[in-house]
Amino acid sequence: MAAGVATWLPFARAAAVGWLPLAQKTMPKPPVDKKSRSDEILFVNVSGLRFQTWKNTLDRYPDTLLGSSEKEFFYNEETQEYFFDRDPEMFRHILNFFRTGKLHYPRHECIQAFEEELAFYGIIPEIIGDCCMEEYRDRKKENQERLAEDTEAENAGDAPLPPGATLRERLWRAFENPHTSTMALVFYYVTGFFIAVSVIANVVETVPCRPIKGSIKDLPCGEKFSVAFFCMDTACVLIFSFEYLMRLYAAPSRCDFARSVMSVIDVVAILPFYIGLVMPENEEVSGAFVTLRVFRVFRIFKFSRHSQGLRILGCTLQSCASELGFLLFSLTMAVIIFATVMFYAEKGTKGTNFTSIPASFWYTIVTMTTLGYGDMVPDSIAGKIFGSICSLSGVLVIALPVPVIVSNFSRIYHQNQRADKMRAQQKVRQARIRMAKKGATNAFLQHKEDGGLQDGDSGSTALCVKNRSAFEHQHHHLLHCLEKTTNHEFTDEVTYSEVCMTDSVGFRTSRSTSLSSQQGATTSCCSRRAKRRAIRLANSTVSVSRGSVQELDTLHITKTPAGTQYPQSRSSLNARTEDLKLNCDDYTAAIISIPTPPANTPDESLPNSPAIPGILRNSRSNTYNIQETVKISSL
Amino acid sequence: MSHCRKRCKRQLTKVFRLFYRFLTGTLEKDSVEDDFELSTVCHRPEGLDKLQEQTKFTKKELQVLYRGFKNECPCGVVNEETFKTIYSQFFPQGDSGAYAHFLFEAFDTNKNGSVSFEDFVFGLSIILRGTINDRLNWAFNLYDQNKDGCITKEEMMDIMKSIYDMMGKYTYPCMHEEAPREHVESFFQKMDRNNDGVVTIDEFIETCQKDENIMQSMQLFDNVI
Repeated sequence: MAAGVATWLPFARAAAVGWLPLAQKTMPKPPVDKKSRSDEILFVNVSGLRFQTWKNTLDRYPDTLLGSSEKEFFYNEETQEYFFDRDPEMFRHILNFFRTGKLHYPRHECIQAFEEELAFYGIIPEIIGDCCMEEYRDRKKENQERLAEDTEAENAGDAPLPPGATLRERLWRAFENPHTSTMALVFYYVTGFFIAVSVIANVVETVPCRPIKGSIKDLPCGEKFSVAFFCMDTACVLIFSFEYLMRLYAAPSRCDFARSVMSVIDVVAILPFYIGLVMPENEEVSGAFVTLRVFRVFRIFKFSRHSQGLRILGCTLQSCASELGFLLFSLTMAVIIFATVMFYAEKGTKGTNFTSIPASFWYTIVTMTTLGYGDMVPDSIAGKIFGSICSLSGVLVIALPVPVIVSNFSRIYHQNQRADKMRAQQKVRQARIRMAKKGATNAFLQHKEDGGLQDGDSGSTALCVKNRSAFEHQHHHLLHCLEKTTNHEFTDEVTYSEVCMTDSVGFRTSRSTSLSSQQGATTSCCSRRAKRRAIRLANSTVSVSRGSVQELDTLHITKTPAGTQYPQSRSSLNARTEDLKLNCDDYTAAIISIPTPPANTPDESLPNSPAIPGILRNSRSNTYNIQETVKISSL
Repeated sequence: MSHCRKRCKRQLTKVFRLFYRFLTGTLEKDSVEDDFELSTVCHRPEGLDKLQEQTKFTKKELQVLYRGFKNECPCGVVNEETFKTIYSQFFPQGDSGAYAHFLFEAFDTNKNGSVSFEDFVFGLSIILRGTINDRLNWAFNLYDQNKDGCITKEEMMDIMKSIYDMMGKYTYPCMHEEAPREHVESFFQKMDRNNDGVVTIDEFIETCQKDENIMQSMQLFDNVI
């Protein structure tokens, strides 16, 4: 638990006043803090570094912590100094602000740490001097961008689905994040494979194959094996259509999905096939149909779902839209200018190719991009001069926007890399947080087991209990109060699942029956204790005897590592509990007494009778109901 | 009709402007001024001496409290989110958000959505250094959400559910759905003397004073700080 939270523990304990009137049992006694909690005062100033300054210096800015009476809260009478538990390096800058009136931003410090210090001392960051302001703002923007990516990565949808997810939600998730389930992954690869097959088929279709017997002309493979290709095409289209319909069904917002780029690509990829099916076999219409087949090549864009690089490229082009637009516009301008000039320059030449200005466009473009096919060449001297100027300017015009596009691409690419790294780190971070939380609860449960909750005299407290810090004592006491208020106890996952498993089996015992001498009946609570000692003991079959939750007083017998035997503490126990005296070597019993409210009286005991061969070995007593736990239920 | 035409014109000009910016390469406008988030207003508590007069804490205790408070909230006030985060660190197994909300409402006496150090210390002074009656009053205030002087079954049900939520899922015995409701029923049976369906402050205090358990438990606050 964070050390800073320790200072809030008194507040949390005070807030427990809200539970007291509701609790039906008395609260446990609070831990007594024997040694006076010495303040965490060190005889230094800011974490060890002593600073000295005039009072007037600090009084210059009365709306800061140091300039107002707020610093009295940090005054240490014994050493007659103000003590701040903060970063001494940063404090140097803060104090310089008081001295010179200008706040400087230290470049080597993390910007968030700096801002936190400013907030603590009550200084607004806008006071930063001009010399450091730009750097500060740049770093702040960069930090914010990074944090925005963090939250985006969190909401990336990698979190496990809530258990009540409908089929639709699960399907959508499987489509969007294929690595979440094996089925999704399989489907993902299958569709990828079929996209590749379809594209290759389209390509191979047009390759000339050896002609069929009796004919001379080379046939394209598509016509030779038309049936095979048709079958392949049909299969691919069927799979694509199925995938599209599934996505449409699963999409949380069908309208948005239908308008998204990927869905448009999907539709365009499969539409020609269906149109071809519907189309009648006329001559004039099939001409148009042939051009539709061109659209089949768009299937290759479906790969962008599978390839992140393609997506990055698309993203880059999108973000560079304005640069590309400018490039296009300037090129067009240059083309028109040079085409006009070339046309008029070559007008005089006989048999020239430059028949019109639009015809000269082709020459200008080929020259400006330095292709130079040579199908149109100027003859006159003026034409040659202008032609060379054209090619030189072409190089310049094209080279200018390209670095901008490249830098955009690089930025987006790195952003993506960072996002992936963040996501991976996030998982580790979550796991760590979960471990810490579990550690806290395990500490409490362990503490309970070690008999730390008994109200006995401190002399018999087990060693392990004593060695806990005051903070842990108080925190565990707080959790214990909550248990008493609600009449339930904290357990861990394992025992909860098995307890509730046997619950559902339906083994219930009525409250009023006593099962004292039933050997066969295995009613015991707290089988978790048995589970924990599974190394030494075999597991007993357990079930829970259920009664009304609020009217059960439970006694737990726990084993403590110490070898002392505990006397039965005060409470109105039945004589039955004599059965519980174990004379075994390793075991001792500590009885936690729960002061029962006067209204309830403990009725009977339900000893359990597990058949645990392991214990038999160690037991020497004849009267063994080797019980680890005994439950007394009261009505 | 002119309204329609005006809208058309506006859309057209927007499209043209966009096209123009596309051609000239100035589609993305860099915002000239970065948005300066106004730094949160710092709240400074009243002087140490004044707080010492108004509460029952000693100077040293106030100092300790303030240091912890200031560490978590350097701007001097706690908002509900921070409050919930802090409180949830003590109950890792369950969800303490709802109960933290009720606590926040109880501490925020002037209903301005934030708890300053004074509110915090006043509340703690009542709970930790007040008489038993003070504490019972404070607890009643916590339960009575609309501050009308009586606790209805719904209000108590909310509180009870929030307390049970703090236990989390893994409890022994397994948590009923009905456990809070049963608890509320038994509470009302005990407290509601005249059976009018609500518990007034007098009934509450009277019953609590007669209950040994509660009286005994109240002593647990004596040495929290």
